[in-house]
Amino acid sequence: MLRLVLSRLLAAIPVMGVVAIFVFLLLRLSPGDPAAILAGDTATPEIIAEIRADLGLDRPIPEQFVTWIGQLAQGDLGKSVLSKQPVTMMISQRVEPTMSLALTTLIFAIVVAVPMGILAAWKQGSWFDRGIMALSVAGFSIPVFVLGYIMVYVFSMKLDLFPAQGFASIRDGLPGFLERIALPTVTLSFIYIALFARITRTAMLEVLNEDYIRTAHAKGLKERVVLVKHALRNAAIPIVSVIGIGFALLIGGVVITETVFNIPGIGRLVVDAVLGRDYPIIQGVILVFSGVYVLINLAIDIAYVLLDPRIRY
Amino acid sequence: MRQVFRHAAFRNPSVLIGGGILLVLLIVALVAPLLTEHDPGTIAPRFRLRGPSDQFLMGTDMLGRDVWTRVVHGARISLLVSTVVASISISIGLLIGLVAGYIRWLDGPMMRAMDGIMAIPGILLAIALVSLSGASLLTVIVAIVIPEIPRVARLVRGVVLSIREEPYVEAAVGLGTPTPKILIQHILPNTIAPLIVQGTYICASAILVEAILSFLGAGLPPEIPTWGNIIAEGRAVFQRAPWIILFPGGFLAVTILAVNILGDGLRDTLDPRMKKRLGA
Repeated sequence: MLRLVLSRLLAAIPVMGVVAIFVFLLLRLSPGDPAAILAGDTATPEIIAEIRADLGLDRPIPEQFVTWIGQLAQGDLGKSVLSKQPVTMMISQRVEPTMSLALTTLIFAIVVAVPMGILAAWKQGSWFDRGIMALSVAGFSIPVFVLGYIMVYVFSMKLDLFPAQGFASIRDGLPGFLERIALPTVTLSFIYIALFARITRTAMLEVLNEDYIRTAHAKGLKERVVLVKHALRNAAIPIVSVIGIGFALLIGGVVITETVFNIPGIGRLVVDAVLGRDYPIIQGVILVFSGVYVLINLAIDIAYVLLDPRIRY
Repeated sequence: MRQVFRHAAFRNPSVLIGGGILLVLLIVALVAPLLTEHDPGTIAPRFRLRGPSDQFLMGTDMLGRDVWTRVVHGARISLLVSTVVASISISIGLLIGLVAGYIRWLDGPMMRAMDGIMAIPGILLAIALVSLSGASLLTVIVAIVIPEIPRVARLVRGVVLSIREEPYVEAAVGLGTPTPKILIQHILPNTIAPLIVQGTYICASAILVEAILSFLGAGLPPEIPTWGNIIAEGRAVFQRAPWIILFPGGFLAVTILAVNILGDGLRDTLDPRMKKRLGA
């Protein structure tokens, strides 16, 4: 087990390396003067010169890279152009709403989609199955911000059931938290419900034809036991791996959903940074999210082995 | 190939429905100025925030511009961006995938680079690129293309890896056929069907990402009427004038749906193995 974790960690290092090189080159190779970009639109030539010297942008590229990687390794993502605060601090202040939304979305999507997928596979070809498949195509096609505004229009403007905007921390009480996070969660989970339901159905269909399922039926086990204990456990691998793929989608979705519902999370931070041309923040968030993506995939690789002892690395 | 297409179109309802909706949209985009008596950019403050009516089919925005006019002009941008993005990312991804799949020592480094790019959330990467190089059609296209390339490269590499073991490829190698010729004559044709399918999905994703970028303020300049820009401008007045967002949003959703349905139909007809794998 330890060897597995270590070898996976080692494999993640080159990926993170490529991410770092790519993000580094993005600023240096983009048209225009990076110091001027970092300084923002209102900067005077003196400020630009100061930033250039500060960041060592006047030195050779390889030397810049070593300095930059060194700072990165110490967790230093630079300073915001507008607020002059460290980017790490600004991101960590915004983690809670984003994490809350990501987790409620994942949980809600799994709880809704996996049973849907199981039932669709069990009743393959029925109207229920067709309905789920049609819904899943629709789920992939409705952009999350369009869906968000439809949700606001229906549930907040017409029915007046939920507040349209904002975020309340779970520490200030569960009811307030749920009331505020409900609409964003349902909005953002739509595409995951589509994705997870589809993959659960496919994985279950593959397993349901296996001999051991027939055996389980033959020995008179209840349908529910066969589906959950025999079929679902063996179908779990592709489902878990899609949850990993889904995470990449989730990040993009969080940025947009936070904008629609005015949630003060990392996504809002990025969008405000775009409007203020505050590049260090954008770069910092990219590095953090890519790191989280790599870590999640690592966790999923390890989960494979725990779920299925037949897999060996 | 042409026969395969005709076969696909006549036999598969998804291809007909998806393709039909897209064809209508394409015509709407091409003849956009004929479908309206308004101009997409003319500001008319005395007509601001009017609801949908005979005069303004989809209402007006906060500057009094006709939403319907802006939506049909927006269709041009969406279709243009999606086809350009799909062709560029497929060309580059195809090249990388062919080389990585066939030339063994390049495989490792090239695919690690692709893994790295895939680890960066596409939307954020696009946002970073646009905010660094300024909002223009070219930047937006480049920003959407880059995250798509690794997906195409992976797909092509997978096909190449399985085809290179086929006896006819081995025979060609044995006869001393030069590598470029093997790649183009024997391997390339096998990638066409999956690439057509993938290309359709890239179109859907490009339309979506372009709209998202505009919506977040990191897309085309606001004076260009794109669906994302129209929606972004409607944000502040959504409670008073929901039509500014709901109509272009509906167009966006239907377009992406049509492309996805077309893609599913093409996948089922062109790539039966994939259909079996997905259990669809």
